[in-house]
This record gives sequence, C-alpha cells and structure tokens, in this order.
Amino acid sequence: MSNAPSSAMKTIKATARIGDIRAFAGFGAVSVGCLIFLYAPIVFLAAYSFNDGRSVSRWSGFSFRWYATVFGNENIQTAALNSVIIAIIAATVSTLLALGAAVATVNRRASGGEAAYLVLTFPLMVPEIVTAVASLVFFVAIGISLGFVTILMAHIVFCIPFAYLPIKARLEGLDASLPAAAADLYASPARAFARITLPLLVPGLLSGWLLAFIISLDDFIITALVAGPGATTLPLHIYGMLRLGMTPEVNAISTLMLGASTVLVLVSALIGKIGHKH
Amino acid sequence: MRTSASLSISRSSERMQGSTEKSRFRDARQDTIAAEVKGLSKVYNAGSARPYEALKNFHLSIHANEFFTLLGPSGCGKTTLLRILGGFETLSAGTCTIFGQDVSRLPPEARPVNTVFQQYALFPHMTVRRNIAFGLEMLGIARAETERTVERMLELVHMTEYADRKPETMSGGQRQRVALARALAPRPKLLLLDEPLSALDLKLRQKMRLELKALQRETGITFIFVTHDQEEALAMSDRIAVIDQGRLQQVGTPEEIYEHPESRFVADFIGESNLLDARVSGLIGGEATLTVEGFADIRTSIEWPLVVGQIVSLSIRPERLVMREAGKEACSGTARVVARTYLGNAVEYHLMAGSQTLTARAPRGGLRGLLDFAPGDEVGVGFEPGSIKVLLS
Amino acid sequence: MSARQLSLSSRVSPRLADLGLLGPAIAVILLFMVAPMAIMFVYSFLQAAPYGGVEWTFTTEAYSSILFERDFLDDSLTFTPDYLIIVARSVCQAGLATLLCLVISVPTAYYIATRPERQKNIWLVLITIPYWVNLLIRTIALLFVLRGDGPINAVLMQFGIISEPLPLSYNGFAVCLGLIYSFLPFMVLPLYSAFERFDFRLLEAAYDLYASRRIAFFRIVLPVMRPGLIAGSLLVFIPSIGSYLAPDILGGGKTLMIGNLIGTQFQSARNWPFGAALSMILLTLTLLVLLWLARRAGQQKSDCR
Repeated sequence: MSNAPSSAMKTIKATARIGDIRAFAGFGAVSVGCLIFLYAPIVFLAAYSFNDGRSVSRWSGFSFRWYATVFGNENIQTAALNSVIIAIIAATVSTLLALGAAVATVNRRASGGEAAYLVLTFPLMVPEIVTAVASLVFFVAIGISLGFVTILMAHIVFCIPFAYLPIKARLEGLDASLPAAAADLYASPARAFARITLPLLVPGLLSGWLLAFIISLDDFIITALVAGPGATTLPLHIYGMLRLGMTPEVNAISTLMLGASTVLVLVSALIGKIGHKH
Repeated sequence: MRTSASLSISRSSERMQGSTEKSRFRDARQDTIAAEVKGLSKVYNAGSARPYEALKNFHLSIHANEFFTLLGPSGCGKTTLLRILGGFETLSAGTCTIFGQDVSRLPPEARPVNTVFQQYALFPHMTVRRNIAFGLEMLGIARAETERTVERMLELVHMTEYADRKPETMSGGQRQRVALARALAPRPKLLLLDEPLSALDLKLRQKMRLELKALQRETGITFIFVTHDQEEALAMSDRIAVIDQGRLQQVGTPEEIYEHPESRFVADFIGESNLLDARVSGLIGGEATLTVEGFADIRTSIEWPLVVGQIVSLSIRPERLVMREAGKEACSGTARVVARTYLGNAVEYHLMAGSQTLTARAPRGGLRGLLDFAPGDEVGVGFEPGSIKVLLS
Repeated sequence: MSARQLSLSSRVSPRLADLGLLGPAIAVILLFMVAPMAIMFVYSFLQAAPYGGVEWTFTTEAYSSILFERDFLDDSLTFTPDYLIIVARSVCQAGLATLLCLVISVPTAYYIATRPERQKNIWLVLITIPYWVNLLIRTIALLFVLRGDGPINAVLMQFGIISEPLPLSYNGFAVCLGLIYSFLPFMVLPLYSAFERFDFRLLEAAYDLYASRRIAFFRIVLPVMRPGLIAGSLLVFIPSIGSYLAPDILGGGKTLMIGNLIGTQFQSARNWPFGAALSMILLTLTLLVLLWLARRAGQQKSDCR
C-alpha cells in the first residue's frame, strides 16, 4: 500500500469537502447575475411607467396617468388591433401549413425529406434585414401595393419554421406504433390521423401556434419595410414614438406588452406541462 | 373448451364480420390453414448500393387454432414476417394469404388480423375502456354491442377495475393485459404478438406465459407469437418455426425442435448442445459408424443419407452426457474436468476431451453427492442411448 | 365498404398525399422567400434608378462601390474603406457578443441543468420570459437604463462615484451590450437542453480518475458539449451580424452595422442595387458560417463511428 500513487492520496484528502458532485464554484453567482442583467432594464422601464411626472428620469410619485393616455390614444389602439389580427391570422395559417409539412416529412422518410427540411427552415437562416428588403423588392416587383396584406403575407412566411419545428418535434416524439396500432384496429389512415395522431399532436400545435403568434407580434424590421405608408403595427408605432424621444407613454405601452408576453410564456409553460404528461 | 363469455364474443364478431364483409373468412377449424406465406422475400433498400434481404424465399403454413411461435435471434427476420402478416410492411416477392384470401396488397385496416405490439402502443390519451373499444368503433359496431364486448374483454383479462384509468398510470403487466384485450376485442382471425413479454420482469413474464396460453385456448384464436426467448417458445407453443438470417430453419412441435434438431443452428440455439466434429467411417444398413477424436467409435441410426468419409456434427444435450469414474466402467471416452459450476438444481461440468470441450449437466438430486467431480479429475464420458443427433455440417 | 375498396381508398399513393400536405408550405416559402432572394440577386447587378427601384442595365457597380468610390469628374476608382469598416465592425461586434454570451451562458445553463426539478422549471420560465418579450421593447428598456440621465448614471452620481454621467449609450459599447441583451436567451436555452442530456457519470468517472474540478470541466464537460456550444453560438451570431434594432436605437452615427446600411439603401438613400449587393454579401456570409457548421457536425458524426 505504501507505493500507491500519490495522486490517489490527494483525491482522498479532497473528498473531505465533497458536496454535489456536479457543482462548480461560481456558477450560481453567474446565473443570478445573468438573471439580474436580463431583468433589471425591463423592471426599471416598467417601474417608470407609473411615474407621475413628465420626466423619465426623476421619480415624482405613483400614477396610472400614462396608461390612461395610452388607452385614450386611438392610433395606438388601431396599431395594437392590427398587430393582434395579423398575429392571429399569420399564426393560424402558418400552423396549418406547418402541420401538413410536418406530417409529410416525419416518419415517412420521403426521398426529398432533407431538401424539404432545408426549404422549410430557410427563413430561419436568412438574416431578418435581408428578408425584409427582399420582401419589399418582391412586392414592388410583382405590383402588390404595400399595406396590411403585404405585412400579413410576409408574417405567414417567416412564421412557418417557428410553427413547423415544435410540431415536427412532437410528431417525432410520438410512438410510431400508435398509428400502426390504429390501422391494425381497422382505422383508415384518415381516421387514424384524426383519432390518434391529431389529439396527441395538440400540445405541439399549440406551442407552434403560440410561438408563431409571438414571433409575428415581435417583428419590427420586416414589417417596417413592407408596411407602406398606410398600415401600422404596435412595434412600428412605438418605434415612431421613440423617434420623438423617450416619454413615459413609451414606458407604459412597453409595460403592457411586457405583461402580455409574460402571460403568454406562462400559458405555454402550462401547455408544455400538460403535453409532458402524455 | 370455451367459456360462455368467449362464446358470446364470437357471436358478436360474426355480426361484426357481416357488417364489414369479412365473412368470407370461414370459421377456424383445426385442420384449416390460418395463414400461409409462399416464396416470400423482403428486401430493404432495394435498388440501393446495399440491399438487405430480411427474408429469403420463405414458405410457411400456420394452422387454424394453434399457438404458433416464430423463434430466432434478433435480426433474423421474425418481426419482419410478423409485420408483413399484419400489413405494416410490404413484401418484395411471394404471396401471403390469411384463411385463403390473398392479403399481400391489403393495408393493415383491411386485414382480419390484430396485433399486440412490443411496447403495447396503447393510445395514451384514451382510457383503458376507450382503447379496447377503438377497433370495434372503427368497424362500426353498434355502441351497446361495443360496450358489452369491452366489458367481457375487461373480465377476460381481469382489468375491470382499471377500465377508466389511462395507460400511463399502469404497470407493465397491466398494460400488457389491456393490449391483449384491445387486440382480441374485434375477434381477429389471427392474433399477432410481437415479443409482448420482453418488457416485463422475469416473474411476471412467467405468469403471463400461462395466461397467454390459457387465453389462446379459451378464445380459440390463432396466435402467432414472435420471440427470441427459446424457453418462452418451448413453454407456450403448439408449433415453433426457428428462423435464422431470413431463412426458415425448422418447423415442429417443441419436442421435435428440442429432441430432433435438424441443423447445427437449431441444436445450438434451442437449449444447449455439445457439438462434436465427427467423420463417417462406416455405413451398415440404417446405421452409421462415426469416429470422434478422443472417443471410441459411435454407432447410431441415421435419418439422412451419408457417405463414408463425410464430416458431420454430433449434437448431444448436456443433461444426456453421462459421467462415470474413469476406468471403472466401460465408457466411450475419457475427459478431464476443467470447471465445476453449481447451479442450484444442477451441477454443470466443463470437460476437455482431447481438443474438444464438452458440457455435462447432472441433476443435483440424482447424484446425492455420491458422484461429484472436482476440476482436474479424469472422468469417463458416455452417451445415453438415442441421445446423439447427426447433423450435416 | 369492402376490403378491396378500403385498400384502394387508403392507398391514394402516399407520395401524392405527401405532396398535397407538403406542397403548400414549400410553395409559400419558395414564392415569398426564395424568389425574392433571386430577384435581389438580379437587382444587385443592375443600375440604381434615381428615386428607388432599378434600371435594367447590367453593371457590377453595386459591388465595386462597396470598396471603391467613383470620381464624378474622371470616372476613376479610388479605394474607400468606409463600407468595408462597417462590414468588419458587424463581424467583430457579433463575434464579441457571441463570445460574451458563451461566457455568461455556459455557467448559467449548467447551473440550471443541475438544479432539482422544481427549481429548474422556475429558472427556465425566468429565462424564457425575456426571450419572448418584444425585441424592440427590450432594446428600449436597455436604452432607458443606459441613457445619460438613466438610473445607472443617476445612482453612480448620487453616491459621488462619478461627477459627470458616463457615456454608456449611443456608442459601440451600448451596441455590443444590446446584442448580448437581445440574444442571450438564444444561447442559454439550447445550452441548457444540451447540458440536460449530459451524462453526469462521465464527471464521476473523471473524478474517480483523479481529475480536479477545473480539469474535469474543461477536459470532459466542455468537449462533450461542443455541438451544443456551436449551435448556441450560431443562434447568437447570425441574428447579431444582421442586427438592425440594437445599432439603430443604442448606437450612434459611427456604430452603424451592415443591417442598418442595408435598411438605409431601401429607405432614405434609395439605392436598391447597392442594398441588394450588401444583402447578398450578408446572406453569403451567413450561409457560409452555416455550411461550415453543417460540415463540422457531419465530420463529428463520422468521427463517432
């Protein structure tokens, strides 16, 4: 035993302070720092939306007056309504398109599967600004006048991969023998899909739809270029307000959007939880 | 013998068949052919650089009412054959008939066949009851009829109290029973079982063997069972087909397969076998004289023509190898004990006879400690009469 | 329905059915994504019309004007690094932001992945919320705290640490911080799911073989996680290099990135071919990075065999 390697002896000493074998010193601190970095700006922004004063830097008491201003502003309301309508339609259409594509590409090993995947995720690979200017050039070239319709079309396109990926993941996670079992029990392919695959796909569809909805609501640069003079969305309107300088009104409307996003995240986390059960 | 429950099941299934025009499948009788494949082959990646032939020119007939097992090592093609019968794979060549009807081109939903899947494939979003009712609903059976059949099925597999539970809340054995009930509910002409016991632990597996066998007798449905577990196959089957590398090796009752293996592979795969190389040194009438290194010449009856000088394999089961004290009695040969393994109900000896290794197994009770050997001992080795099988190398 | 009919109806040639399902999505992307790219490619070789749009004359002027300026009087070309600097700055800013995101994300993602189940879910939701908050609003929030009269400067001045507000906004620093702030969750989440799949028995084996914690992390954990690290880096680098909002809102005139330059060509400057040429360069740059990555991933796969 006397000629056991000395390194072994060292390790044996070191085990005196053994804790969670997976822990590394300082990682917790970095993580907390990361959270603070992510949250401090939005928390400050939200806090100052309740500032009574016109200044965005000096606190002068609590008030809802800027929210009243936001809710009284017809332009903001129109922009918000546009945003929501576009997001709902874009998310729905892209989810339907993505559903078809996912069903066709998953579990079938179609010969062109790889190529189809590349095309479907192509919008993710192109920098947004390039998509934005290319869409503008395209709509002008084919003579569609810029406005609500062009925004909607552009949104549907870039939402497809966002809806496609969660649906595809869910579909791939499904036991392939389930549709086989349905067929074995005399279900036609259509009925097997409607009774077995589709119900099990619901969490994937919901998270795909939700992701597409958020992505549509979030978009600024593509919308900015294909919007044309008439149509506007909430991000475009806020951007316009910002050009006139930071105002508590910007804080207030930003805080409202923050709240909406948070609710959506919680909803999707809930869906995820339900989906996980199956 | 049928219970009243299964009798009424069959009555309901007749109505069901009427509604789906499956009545051309005659009722199962012992001598009718339930399923038959002729010249079947299955090639994966056909036309590619590396085609893989999972089944090669396969012929097999399965009788109505039998518990038939497809046995072989993993990758031998047994699951492919089952999936072809179920309609989940298309065949590359040959035909596949079920009760006389060519089903080669029919999709799974048009075949009077149900499957118990390996991982059960229970629909996770449906209760046990809805899972079992699914096939009947798809066949358009009236609701009341369906509910009655489901109740009967639940009783048959002893799952009545779990009827409204979801599969995810149940144990492996319970899921297994639900999968069985679901596949039996539409009263298929053939029940295909794809290694259904492999996901269960040993104790439960042994219990389910008995239940499956009883269920087969009770329902009178032809079972086609896939397994790689030879013990399982021997325990449950009326007949077994041993498959290796996409080829049918032997078909027969468990006894035939175990006692009279027709090839080295079958002898080796079913149970354990000592395989010795031997040379045919003489032929007299229906008997051959075989020369084995380290042993006196062996005389044995032969089942197929041999020629003098031919090299063959001899197969002897370990429990049919007799060990005696060296020099005391007349033996075929001598060997040295290399290792002794205590197995509880038996003792296994590993022997060296010349350059050949042998395994002998002696039941513990039979020897009563009177005859036991230790590594290093010289022993005499003999063969029980009729225990030697001559196999073509 | 007879068995034969059933078989017919269910065999509506799976290939044809797939085409019907896949076709619409593919057609939409080909028409609205790929065709516009092709048009852009063509436009990048055309002459700019004075008020936006193009004139159908073939020229490589758009590409050469990235490097050279044409003299009005004698048509001679002189090298001007202005645009090249913008491209280089974009690459550097995006690279730096990616690197810093990695440094923050690796410990964070690892820490989250090793939490007990309940804590893990809370952490995940906390990281996910900023990921889903509107990018414009997050950028505005960052500007809000970085401004000269923003809360950071206010606090620092209150305590007398500084007497003049620090120039935290409208410069390169703010843009880089903005990029990190924008895309940090893009890195943390995929890294988390990679660490989640990490086999911690490897770590036990490393300690068993006398590795120190530091060595175990750098020689075992990080190499095993490499595909995840590369994927996460990509998710930050690609949107960063083409970023528009962060430089636009947080930067000043001297911190323009290629995204802003492209945007300007289609808005105020109205030089479509030049913008198209820049877009093609940005697109090529991005696709090259992706291609390199795909090849590495492919290599890694064959290494494993």
